[in-house]
Amino acid sequence: MSPQENVKFLHQKYIQSLNREKKWVRFYQAVIFIVFFSGWELASQKQWIDPLIFSAPSKVWGLFLTKIQDGTLMVDLGYTLSETVFGFILGTFLGTLLAAILWWSPMLSKIADPYLVVLNSMPKVALGPILIVALGPSFTSIVAMGAIISIIITTIVVYTSFKEVDPNYIKVLQTFGANRFQIFREAILPASFPTIISTLKVNVGLSWVGVIVGEFLVSSKGLGYMIIYGFQVFNFTLVMLSLLVIAVFATVMYQLVELLERKLIKNGS
Amino acid sequence: MDFLKVDAVHHTYFTKTSAVTALSDVSLEVEEGEFVSFLGPSGCGKTTLLSIIAGLFEPTEGTVTLEGKRVETAENEIGYMLQQDYLFPWKNIEENILLGLKIGNSLTPDKKAYALKLLQEMGLKGVETQFPKQLSGGMRQRVALVRTLATGPKLLMLDEPFSALDYQTKLKLEDLVSDTLKSFGKTAILVTHDIGEAISMSDRVFLFSARPGQLHKTFVIPKELKDETPFNARNHEAYPAIFQTIWKELESLEPAGER
Ligand SMILES: Nc1ncnc2c1ncn2[C@@H]1O[C@H](COP(=O)(O)OP(=O)(O)O)[C@@H](O)[C@H]1O
Ligand SMILES: [Mg+2]
Repeated sequence: MSPQENVKFLHQKYIQSLNREKKWVRFYQAVIFIVFFSGWELASQKQWIDPLIFSAPSKVWGLFLTKIQDGTLMVDLGYTLSETVFGFILGTFLGTLLAAILWWSPMLSKIADPYLVVLNSMPKVALGPILIVALGPSFTSIVAMGAIISIIITTIVVYTSFKEVDPNYIKVLQTFGANRFQIFREAILPASFPTIISTLKVNVGLSWVGVIVGEFLVSSKGLGYMIIYGFQVFNFTLVMLSLLVIAVFATVMYQLVELLERKLIKNGS
Repeated sequence: MDFLKVDAVHHTYFTKTSAVTALSDVSLEVEEGEFVSFLGPSGCGKTTLLSIIAGLFEPTEGTVTLEGKRVETAENEIGYMLQQDYLFPWKNIEENILLGLKIGNSLTPDKKAYALKLLQEMGLKGVETQFPKQLSGGMRQRVALVRTLATGPKLLMLDEPFSALDYQTKLKLEDLVSDTLKSFGKTAILVTHDIGEAISMSDRVFLFSARPGQLHKTFVIPKELKDETPFNARNHEAYPAIFQTIWKELESLEPAGER
């Protein structure tokens, strides 16, 4: 065997071993999934756990099919999903905008500093009742909940990353006579894209929290309402269904952000 | 009239806890088309002086003029290449070299073609769509030089451009840069702490002393060395003598205990 063929052969072996490992990982992931749901089903049927409280996958599935057929699940899901997406986009956008304003005016950022600290340490969901009274028990107030929960933390994290951009990139731009806006567009913003993306990932989770709590409070529509309603009429199959649907769609949103990350961050890697 | 005139420049950095005088009473002139070096131990204010000449900030005292105009008001007439390449990692090579033109709103097809031609002349054909981190240190330094030259500055300043490179790359780049600048007849200031580099590349060497940064002495490089490429100058018979002179002068600046 020539050395070249040998390298080729070894490379193939290496790829094979990678594939084998991947298969095992997938296998164990499937095992956990199956064991969890069949264990749950079994425990519920044998009454090891209280079926009234913990329901059972078969019952959740049954309810899922019913609610798909009568269309109510889609309505609630659509409602919650749009609130979350709006809240998430609004929170991230406004947070980044605030960060940009703070970067623009160092004086303002110094003045705002203690207020940001206070606002950040405040549990935002506690503002829920005020928001609902101020904006009405509606779509708007729930979107506001989804947004407000992530604005301040986004502002702080993104502003910090704006400030930490290597000043020498700014110096390069200044030697070309760049103004402050050009410096922001060419260096500050693109250098902070990785940070902005990672706050996006955190904000997906936060917006779900804000929206679900908002729906608890408003109690009229959505997956959060399904949970509260199921809890009140002691229909925990409904609660479980809602939880599973939330888990699936929160994951989907997270994956979409990761997709965006790969699109947005290009530096030849 | 002098092309570049640095007149009685004094600069002090103020921080909350200290006031560091980086430059004290520095005056010098550079003629058009001349290649000069600033040589001196680290911390003697070389980078500070370049930043002031580039008009990035005003000195606490003194003035700098280019063709009679204050440098703070000049636009894009001075190209300044920083101590490291500082290519923007999120921009590809083409976007990087066109940055200055884009900032100055002067990105015409002519100038773009010129920048790409420069890239080719620097031996970097076909890297336009690559990203900085796919290039070696020497290649990145050349790209940074193209970026600086692309706007057609009247004065070019290079802050220790070769200090992070391996010796071989450094020698090759010295020749390339010297050749390129000579062919354009560019006025250039090279900052270095390498005596050999200063001698082999420039027409005059300004030696600075530290604490506070002051212009200590000026050396004129003999004509026979000026006409050689940097690599050949290092092997020229006139080289050791001037090297010794500058070396002794540098030694006298630094107390033995500080080495
Ligand atoms: N931004 C700054 N703030 C405070 N001191 C500085 C600053 N930049 C440089 N200095 C000080 O000024 C002196 C000269 O620095 P510099 O111009 O970078 O020297 P060189 O480039 O010759 O090494 C050093 O003592 C350095 O510590
Ligand atoms: Mg320096």
